Amino acid sequence: MSNTILELQGVNKSFGPIDVLYDISLKVRAGEVLCLLGDNGAGKSTLIKILSGVHQPTSGAILMDGQPVSFPTPRAAAEKGIATVHQFGGTFPLMSIGRSFFVGVEPTKGWGPFKVYDRKTANAIAVKAVQDMGITRITDGDRLVGGLSGGERQSLSIARAVHFGARVLILDEPTAALGVKQATHVLRIVNEAKRRGLAVVFITHQVMHAMAVGDHFAVLIRGAVAADFKKGDKTREEITDLMAGGASMANLEAEIEGYMASHEGHPPKMT
Amino acid sequence: MSGFSLGKLLRRPETGALVGFVAVILFYVVVGGVDIVKLARAASWVNFAANLGIVALPVCLLMIAGELDISFGAMIPAGSMIVAIVTGYYEQPIILGMVCCLGFGALVGWFNGMLVTRTSVPSLIITLGSLMAVQGVVLAGSMLLTGAASVPMDSPDWAKFLFGQLMLGKYQVIIFWWIGLTVLFWFFLHISPWGNWIFALGGDQTSARNAGIPTDRLKIALFIMSSTAAAFVGMCSAIVFNSAQVSGGMDYIFNVIVATVVGGVLLTGGFGSIIGVFIGAITFAIVIRGLDFTRIDKNWADLIIGVVLVAAVLLNNTFRKMALSYAPKKGAK
Repeated sequence: MSNTILELQGVNKSFGPIDVLYDISLKVRAGEVLCLLGDNGAGKSTLIKILSGVHQPTSGAILMDGQPVSFPTPRAAAEKGIATVHQFGGTFPLMSIGRSFFVGVEPTKGWGPFKVYDRKTANAIAVKAVQDMGITRITDGDRLVGGLSGGERQSLSIARAVHFGARVLILDEPTAALGVKQATHVLRIVNEAKRRGLAVVFITHQVMHAMAVGDHFAVLIRGAVAADFKKGDKTREEITDLMAGGASMANLEAEIEGYMASHEGHPPKMT
Repeated sequence: MSGFSLGKLLRRPETGALVGFVAVILFYVVVGGVDIVKLARAASWVNFAANLGIVALPVCLLMIAGELDISFGAMIPAGSMIVAIVTGYYEQPIILGMVCCLGFGALVGWFNGMLVTRTSVPSLIITLGSLMAVQGVVLAGSMLLTGAASVPMDSPDWAKFLFGQLMLGKYQVIIFWWIGLTVLFWFFLHISPWGNWIFALGGDQTSARNAGIPTDRLKIALFIMSSTAAAFVGMCSAIVFNSAQVSGGMDYIFNVIVATVVGGVLLTGGFGSIIGVFIGAITFAIVIRGLDFTRIDKNWADLIIGVVLVAAVLLNNTFRKMALSYAPKKGAK
C-alpha cells in the first residue's frame, strides 16, 4: 500500500524576485495521508497550488507514477486525477445537491437536441455517493447545498472527488471553519478516502486532526521542508511544538538560517 | 413530483413572483375597483409584457450567470433603426434589413462578452459603455445616412404577418414569440444540461471553470443572446409601427431589470427561473398598464412599482432563506 503516486523533486517556485518555495521534495503514496503543516506564509498554499495546477514550478520536477508530468491548468491536474477541496468546499450554495454534484458532467437521457438533464439519476447517484462516505443524514438530492452544514459540504466535495475517480485528494484546511463534531465527520471521511486507496494531502493547523488521520508529516518553514517524518517518529508534543513554533521550531529556524547563510542566502530573508 | 411539499415549493425561485403577482391583482381589484375580466382581455399590458419579456429572458440567464447587461436599452432602438434604414430608406429587401439588425445585435453582444471575459471590469460598466456607444452610433449614423432621427418603412405581408401583425386588431403577434421563446429558454435553463452550467457559473466561477465548464465561451454566448433579443424586439416594433425612432429604449433598462428581479432572479447570480421571469414581466406590465383600469390616479404608478420591487425582493430573500434551511423531517417522506 505504499506505492508513490505523486512525487515532487527539488521543486522551486519564485514570483519575480521573491522565492517562495525552495527545493521541495515530497512523496504522496496511495492509501496514505500526508499532513502538510506550517505557519501562515510558510508556502503551504503555494505548494498545493503547484500540485493542483494553479501555479507551475519555476524549476524541479513533478512525477506521477514515476513519469514526469506538468499541470498547465487546474483542469489538466483534475484530468490526471488530482482533486482539490478548499476550506468552504468549492460548492454552489444555491444549487441542489444532485445538480452541484454533476456540474460539468451532467447525466442526460434522451437524444439529439432533446437530451435532458436526468435529475432523478443525478440525485440518486449523489445521495448514494455521500451516504457511502458515511454521511447518512443526506437523503434528498433536491436539497440546496447552502442548507448543508460546513462538514456536510466538505463531505459532499470529497465524495464527489472520490466518485469521479480522483487518485490524489488535496484538502486545504478542511476542518478550519468547523466545530468539533463536524470536524470529526470530515476526518472520518478522510479515513474512508484513505481506505479506498487514495493519496491524501491534508493541510491543517490542528495537531489533533493531523494526528488522527496522518501517516506522514511534513513541516514547511519559510518555503523549505524543515521536517519530514512518519507517524510514530515524533510524539504529539513534539509535533505541537513544531507547529506552534515552540522550542523545536526555534531550533529549526536557527538551522534554516544557518543553512541560508551557507547557501548564498536561499531562501531569502523575509523579515 | 408526487404530492405537495412545502420544501419543493420554497425551493422554486418563482414562488415569490407568484405571490407578488397575486398581491398586485388583489390590490387592483380591492383598492382600484378593477373589472378583472376587462383587465384580462386588455391588449395593452399583454403587448407590453411581451416586448419586455423577450428581453428579460436572456437578461435573466446573464443575471443567473452572475453578469449584468444594460446595453439592450440602446439595442432596441438600434434594431428598429437598422431595419428601417435598410428597408425604408435604401429600399432593400426586408430580409437584408433583418439580417443586418440581428447581425448587429450579435456583434455588440460578442463585443460585450469579449470585453467582460478578457478584462476584469464589471459587466455593468462595460455594458453601460456599450449602451452609450451604440446610442451615439445610431443617432450619428442615422443623421449621417438619412438626415433624420426618425425613418418610415413598409414591410411585405409575410414580414407583417410574422413580426408585426395585430391579432384581433389589438394583440401584437410578438406575444407568440414571447411565449415560444419562454418555452425555449425554459428548456435550455431547466431541462437541458447546459442550464446547470449557467447556475454553476453564477454560483462560483472558479469552481465552475475547474469542473471543466467553458466559462468564457458560455458568457460570450449569453451576451450575444441578450443583444440579439433586444435587436429583435426593436425590429418587431419597427415592423408594427411602420417607422423607427432613434430614442425610445431607455425605459426598458429599468423595466427589464425590475421584471427580472421581481421574477425571483438573484441579482448576484446563481439563482432564478424562467417561469419567474415570465410572471415578473406580467406583474410589471399589469402594474404599469393595468393602472388605466383602476380608479387610482396614474401618477402613482412609479410608487407602486417601487413598493412591488422592494416587497418582491424581500419576499424572495425570505423564501430563499427558508429553502436553504428546509430539510425533510426525519422519517417523513
